Amino acid sequence: MAHHGDHADTHADHDDHDHKPSGFFDRWFCGTNHKDIGTLYLLFSLLMFFIGGSMALVIRAELFQPGLQLVEPDFFNQMTTMHALVMIFGAVMPAFVGLANWMIPMMIGAPDMALPRMNNWSFWIMPFAFTLLLSTLFMDGGGPAGGWTLYPPLSIQGGNNVAFVIFAVHMMGISSIMGAINIIATILNMRAPGLDLLKMPVFVWTWLITAFLLIAVMPVLAGSVTMLLTDKYFGTSFFNAAGGGDPVMFQHIFWFFGHPEVYIMILPAFGVASEIIPTFARKPLFGYQAMVYATASIAFLSFIVWAHHMFTVGMPLGGQIFFMYATMLIAIPTGVKVFNWVATMWRGSMTFETPMLFAIAFVVLFTIGGFSGLMLAIVPADFQYHDTYFVVAHFHYVLVTGAIFSIMAAVYYWLPKWTGRMYNETLGKVHFWLSTITVNMLFFPQHFLGLAGMPRRIPDYNVAFADFNMISSIGGFAFGLSQLLFAWLIIDTCFLKRGAKATSGVWEGAKGLEWTLPSPAPYHSFSTPPKIDDSVLAHGDVSH
Amino acid sequence: MNPAAPVDHRGVIRKVLMVCAGSFLFCFALIPIYSIYCEITGINGKTGNAGGTSAAAGVVDTTRTITVQFDTSVKAGLPWAFRAKQASIEVHPGQITEVLFEASNLSANDLVGQAVPSVAPNRASIYFNKTECFCFTEQTLAAGETRDMPVRFVVDPALPANVSVMTLSYTFYLNDIATGRLAQHAVVPNNLAL
Repeated sequence: MAHHGDHADTHADHDDHDHKPSGFFDRWFCGTNHKDIGTLYLLFSLLMFFIGGSMALVIRAELFQPGLQLVEPDFFNQMTTMHALVMIFGAVMPAFVGLANWMIPMMIGAPDMALPRMNNWSFWIMPFAFTLLLSTLFMDGGGPAGGWTLYPPLSIQGGNNVAFVIFAVHMMGISSIMGAINIIATILNMRAPGLDLLKMPVFVWTWLITAFLLIAVMPVLAGSVTMLLTDKYFGTSFFNAAGGGDPVMFQHIFWFFGHPEVYIMILPAFGVASEIIPTFARKPLFGYQAMVYATASIAFLSFIVWAHHMFTVGMPLGGQIFFMYATMLIAIPTGVKVFNWVATMWRGSMTFETPMLFAIAFVVLFTIGGFSGLMLAIVPADFQYHDTYFVVAHFHYVLVTGAIFSIMAAVYYWLPKWTGRMYNETLGKVHFWLSTITVNMLFFPQHFLGLAGMPRRIPDYNVAFADFNMISSIGGFAFGLSQLLFAWLIIDTCFLKRGAKATSGVWEGAKGLEWTLPSPAPYHSFSTPPKIDDSVLAHGDVSH
Repeated sequence: MNPAAPVDHRGVIRKVLMVCAGSFLFCFALIPIYSIYCEITGINGKTGNAGGTSAAAGVVDTTRTITVQFDTSVKAGLPWAFRAKQASIEVHPGQITEVLFEASNLSANDLVGQAVPSVAPNRASIYFNKTECFCFTEQTLAAGETRDMPVRFVVDPALPANVSVMTLSYTFYLNDIATGRLAQHAVVPNNLAL
């Protein structure tokens, strides 16, 4: 490469590790530093978590008692739709991209992401996308109310919010794809010499696989919503039965995206748990390679199970049986992972700091969500459960106590590395116990409501469901308020800096390249690639 | 950016973008694929080809009697009444049968409708062949007009032995584009609110 030499010369004087852009605007708006962009992603995600959470509280407030009390049914439906879109695309996905930005270069000994300018761009699309999406709430006719799955014909019967939602989804898709390209290029091209693929931390592995899922399915979502757009505004009939189209086809295309999407939201969570549990069990991760192959198997299987979301639309028996067994097959690699986490803890010298508490709760509660998923996979049973609160309970167990709990675990785990300060451990534990108790109070009764037949996305219900709904709503408000403590802990650690100074290792059992850097991690790290010594790698023995 | 890793990322980016483009195209390719798949397997009640291609076509199997039921509906937005003149009919496989449906335009405007057929059960739908059907073309009914609409069909003798009842269902939709065209050509402007 001709420019190799020039490049090195120009930057020879950049060894100064704290060479930050001087102005606020230059640093936070024009900056390309992976740590700054990671921070922006995480803060954006926290903001969206509270916005989406407020919408959930509107839902739970309305459902506190039977009857219509607080909001119009149409607004209720807007809340269920927007809550999902904001939480999926605004809270969970950007949080994981933020973690990837912060941690992947530090974990593989790279100085930055492969494509720093594109990194800046992929973040700054997000605020515009969500401004577009949230602005629909203030338009004539309100926001989208047909469910986040955007099934036609219902979803395109709204006003012009449809166009705004679709363009917002396009922008989120572009952002995700660019983020994924960046992560793939970083992992494939920028690992420190000697850090083979099968020596990478599991978090990096899960993100590599997630990034491939993203580039494979986000264009499918973009294509399907584009067809909705042309159906509504340009007279096409992709999903319009009157013109020879088929609304059920949308569901097939949507879930061909949608099912890999749920693994996009959970695979990085698996990675986080696989980093934290060995640290606090003070043992290498049990079955490192099995973890990697299990993740890859789950990713592959996620492409061939989409129709289990639509058993009730009418499908030949052969199709139902295929999708039922393919879905159940996913339990095998997932079971391998859960087994390995438990085996990692087995006879370890465990301590229970806040990140470990969240990681253990993740393993237990995610498994509960996995079991209800297996129940939903059974075709004859699914006819009973479909579109009831049982489904709501299932996916909130895997997304809230799965994805969100792992994000919180990751924040507590790496916050001292990011800020150089310890968070308040007592408050962290209080936050954990409040969250864990209230989240179960919130979602566990919804299993019973669903089995008893309460449909989802309806603002009113039979009085027979009153007690469990009241318990669920109380749990919901308590869980929501508990998260203010999380926000306070972050403010306390990041801005007030009242905690003890963190050491470079932070946790006694922590292993991995990121822990060889000082805390807080210098603005430019690994400008010279580190020497890879197998003993500092997160999982120690990588031979099996 | 840094002196240590001046790596050329263009190769990876090119490959990844090709995957993206491929999956975007795949999304649109799913439409013909789905349509062909439904035609072959009969999912979604898509009926067999007009004319019938079975080797046994033309041979009437009098040993079997199939009940064909008729079902009609009109989608909101089309002020038509639409019914089958007979609730059901008994036919032998291979026997060409004609049945009549009746549609009335209840509004004061000329309207164009499009009927979309569906056959249940799914596994039988590919054995249900229509040789003539009002659903093959747009149907225009003048204001207040009532008309009989014929369907000629034959049940393929290869129909699985465990199927003895089939349902042919039609839904009439408003074809607003064709209706709009109709309104433009009309000498007397009408006040159809679309």
